[in-house]
Amino acid sequence: MPGPLRRLLVKPELGALVGAVVVFTFFAVQSEVFRSPRGIANWLDPASTLGIMAVAVALLMIGGHFDLSAGVMTGTTALTVGIVATELGQNIWVAIGAALVLALAIGFANGWLVTRTRLPSFIITLGTFLMLQGLNLGLTKLFTGTVTVGEIDEAPGYAAAEWVFASRVQVLGAEVRVAVLWWVLFTALASWVLLRTRFGNWVFATGGDEVAARNVGVPARRTTIALFMTTAAAAWFVGTTLAVRLTSVQANTGIGQELIYIVAAVIGGCLLTGGFGSAVGAALGALIFGMTLLGIPYLRWDADWFYFFLGAMLLLAVLANRLVRRYAEAARR
Amino acid sequence: MTPPPVAPPVGPPLLELRGVGKDYGSVIALDGIDATVRAGEVTCVLGDNGAGKSTLIKVLAGVHAADRGAVLLDGAPVTFGSPREALDAGIATVYQDLAMIPLMSIWRNFFLGAEPTRGWGPLRRFDAARAKEVTRRELAAMGIDIRDPDQPVGTLSGGERQSVAIARAVHFGARVLILDEPTSALGVKQAGVVLRYVAQARDRGVGVVLITHNPHHAHPVGDRFLVLNRGRSLGEFAKTDISREELTRLMAGGAELEALAHELERPGG
Ligand SMILES: Nc1ncnc2c1ncn2[C@@H]1O[C@H](COP(=O)(O)OP(=O)(O)OP(=O)(O)O)[C@@H](O)[C@H]1O
Ligand SMILES: [Mg+2]
Repeated sequence: MPGPLRRLLVKPELGALVGAVVVFTFFAVQSEVFRSPRGIANWLDPASTLGIMAVAVALLMIGGHFDLSAGVMTGTTALTVGIVATELGQNIWVAIGAALVLALAIGFANGWLVTRTRLPSFIITLGTFLMLQGLNLGLTKLFTGTVTVGEIDEAPGYAAAEWVFASRVQVLGAEVRVAVLWWVLFTALASWVLLRTRFGNWVFATGGDEVAARNVGVPARRTTIALFMTTAAAAWFVGTTLAVRLTSVQANTGIGQELIYIVAAVIGGCLLTGGFGSAVGAALGALIFGMTLLGIPYLRWDADWFYFFLGAMLLLAVLANRLVRRYAEAARR
Repeated sequence: MTPPPVAPPVGPPLLELRGVGKDYGSVIALDGIDATVRAGEVTCVLGDNGAGKSTLIKVLAGVHAADRGAVLLDGAPVTFGSPREALDAGIATVYQDLAMIPLMSIWRNFFLGAEPTRGWGPLRRFDAARAKEVTRRELAAMGIDIRDPDQPVGTLSGGERQSVAIARAVHFGARVLILDEPTSALGVKQAGVVLRYVAQARDRGVGVVLITHNPHHAHPVGDRFLVLNRGRSLGEFAKTDISREELTRLMAGGAELEALAHELERPGG
């Protein structure tokens, strides 16, 4: 294969880009609503909150780890915002700050346990996942007597928080939720960090071969912990967005989402074995998710088809990624 | 190419081992090892599989601490708590199997752990343009011809990968360069290429530790030879004191090899 073509093929986000174009065309041709500015704003919304998480999860996966507690952590942070703001009667910004501290602590604990024990992150974060799931339910019931925290909009400072996390903005004649802008911003930031900073280089190296990375002086342990804390911070942002936007939070919020994040990251070109992937790719994976989620009802198909589509997309992506890895690792020893 | 004049060995050697030993649990992997590494010289460590060669370099590289004996750098005792500390002291290691990250490009690997940056504060970033430039230049200076520094390292041949790793260590000002079996997986031609880079590094004044179990690779390039057998030293020899044949015999345990040669001979042949 000639050089330029080969180089294009090993761009991790290429598959997701092609996939996104195909999916968009497929729905846009058949549904006028889908391609209208309002329709676009509609499917961008689920893509955005998922996308913020998928981008962080992609960084973590490139660094060689999984975080199964990422989904439930959006619930933990949303509930913390709610409980501190309503049950404890604090200003909502205090509540949001408390949720951030909590999230970073959980992320640190995940990273610390993984780097100390050298057990697979899969099993460590499965433990955190189950613990948080129990805590979310138990503490919510303890504080509110129900499984919901509500009336968050009554908390002092809510208007400013709403502006930051849940307002709507006019973009090219359509009204989109501000989360979409945050998503674009975080994707750009993550991509810059990954490709253009020392830390990014360390992420690729730690995920590619941790021992080799450590041997040339990469602080692999710190890198791993920072990545778990980044995922936790993303969960905090999404959890806060949910709490402020919905003004009431269910105790089971976020459960099951962790796998969707991983699916989006893999569709975006992340290898399950680490060391390879892209933030833009994960964002495109989330975009595909959003388009399919809303495109199917626009075509008046049964919603069950959604999971079939998602699964097929995942399989295709994994097969494509495998080829890429084979090429890149074709070590002629 | 003409080697620059190398200063005669005066003063303490760059690196010296005195009675070094290392255990893995109850396995005595090394015991009572003495060795010397001087600037502009190649010290070869030879030994059969499991002789303790990799263990020895792990002690030098800061991966393991020695359980017994002393490591002296410029005549002063040192202990390295991590590979980073050894690197900062100028000891660079190219590992047998873990030289590079296969999925990362050549220039990213070249600067891994020592990335040049530009800008400051939150805008401090990896100077990719400079990294690519320097990679290309340094590889060219060692006579390594790489078509595209963006190529993943995994697509290079084994010899090319070893060469890139050597160029990297030399570029980062290694005073001691440790190579763990750089030629073991290579064909004759590629092994020759790698040995030429070893000689280049030596001519630049680097003290080289070359681990190998091939006396044919060690003898032409080496200045002194440390032979290990089951974790113990069979002695350290200067090149003038030992021939390639003697080295081979010593490594294989002399009599054993002769017995083997006898055994393999065709009956009546
Ligand atoms: N991490 C470890 N834990 C326990 N024993 C080990 C460990 N690493 C090496 N050993 C043992 O120490 C001894 C020396 O091993 P070492 O790897 O240093 O040999 P070597 O000379 O490099 O061999 P080779 O030529 O096969 O690379 C062997 O008996 C080996 O089994
Ligand atoms: Mg070895």
